[in-house]
Amino acid sequence: MRSFLKLLVLAAIVGAGIGLWVTAPSRVDAARFDGLTGDAARGETVFTAAGCASCHHAKGAEDKLLLTGGMEFVSDFGTFYAPNISPHPEAGIGGWSFEDFANAVTRGVSPEGQHYYPAFPYTAYTKMQDQDLSDLWAYMQTLEPSDVASKPHDVGFPFNIRRSVGGWKFLFMSDDYVMEAADNERGRYLVETLAHCAECHTPRNPLGALDTARWMGGAPNPSGSGTIPALTPDKLDWSAADVAYYLESGFTPTFDAVGGHMAEVVENFAALPAEDREAVASYIKALPPLGE
Amino acid sequence: MKTPFAALALLAVLGTPALAQDLPQPVKARQGQFNIMALNLGVLGGMARGTVEYDAEAAQAAADSLVAVSTLSQGAMWPDGTDEGSIAGTRAKADIWGNMDDFTSKWADFGEAATAMAAAAGTGRDALGPNMGALGNACKACHDSYRVPE
Repeated sequence: MRSFLKLLVLAAIVGAGIGLWVTAPSRVDAARFDGLTGDAARGETVFTAAGCASCHHAKGAEDKLLLTGGMEFVSDFGTFYAPNISPHPEAGIGGWSFEDFANAVTRGVSPEGQHYYPAFPYTAYTKMQDQDLSDLWAYMQTLEPSDVASKPHDVGFPFNIRRSVGGWKFLFMSDDYVMEAADNERGRYLVETLAHCAECHTPRNPLGALDTARWMGGAPNPSGSGTIPALTPDKLDWSAADVAYYLESGFTPTFDAVGGHMAEVVENFAALPAEDREAVASYIKALPPLGE
Repeated sequence: MKTPFAALALLAVLGTPALAQDLPQPVKARQGQFNIMALNLGVLGGMARGTVEYDAEAAQAAADSLVAVSTLSQGAMWPDGTDEGSIAGTRAKADIWGNMDDFTSKWADFGEAATAMAAAAGTGRDALGPNMGALGNACKACHDSYRVPE
């Protein structure tokens, strides 16, 4: 009996050790960025494609480049609020180093070593190219600072234990792509990494991770009623040209106009080069059908 | 030229899904006007995209129809209790009724974009693209705030 207890204690210690190891925030290797210089002009394109402003501008604000934060994400785990990511030294990320920024965007880890909640789509941004990351950082420093304090997340036990997010990342965070690149590397990079389309267009499992088996299969609207439509060919019969025109103009093939959060996404895509919209359209048209 | 367009517009109103039969009349009316808008935007958009050959007369008629819709009085079409939280078959957010001034101003923006389109639509295909852009922005601005996804 005693030896059984000993074994149990040992197992608990080993388990806790593995748990701590698994849930510890992992950081980028800073040497990876040696020799990189950020180009703010190129960074603007990355910023637009990544849709940063769409969630980080204040609700209803005219100036969408003032990154006060504000968008709320209601989930089964609580309500998350997009924080201030303007270059303000206290309220925003003005005091950060580039390494801090890289850890936040590609690892979901704060400068203090805390996990961010995955409402911040670092699970997609983790595949961001180093040069893009560096350009993005250069661009974001050119924006107007806002002194508005970030709103704390409204999350209950046990999800308020940030360490638990480490376990979630261990289970669900991957830097693998879902689709084959085929000959459309750019389209895949835009959809799966920068524009993080799957965050809304793919359903989630009970733990809030994307169900990659139902990739782009449509999902309940995370920010209210209704559903986010499926993009798979069994549900979306638009041509590639229709998709590209929608991303440019916001008009569907029957000339209904885009609405909800997608209106912000279209605004971003409209500002990108036509080839990027076409690349996204070919990616969408290459999705496999899902069926029921 | 007027009659076929009126007939098409009527078809658009009557052609809304069967569901619409059970909706209150003001909701049917406002959805009808959006269908008329979509129909005419389709005429202009098809020419702008190059999927339909440019026809100055048809473009002008479509743009004039958009202006006509923009002048319809909206008051009676948006009674209290017809938001998506209160009845099925609409995607109108309750926020509309809490921000009626903003909603009205966004509708006026559509009117401005439609008027600009009407001034340019007959002058050539090149004028359509930028004006479609402005119309799209007017639609988006309102849907962004006041319409829920399907």
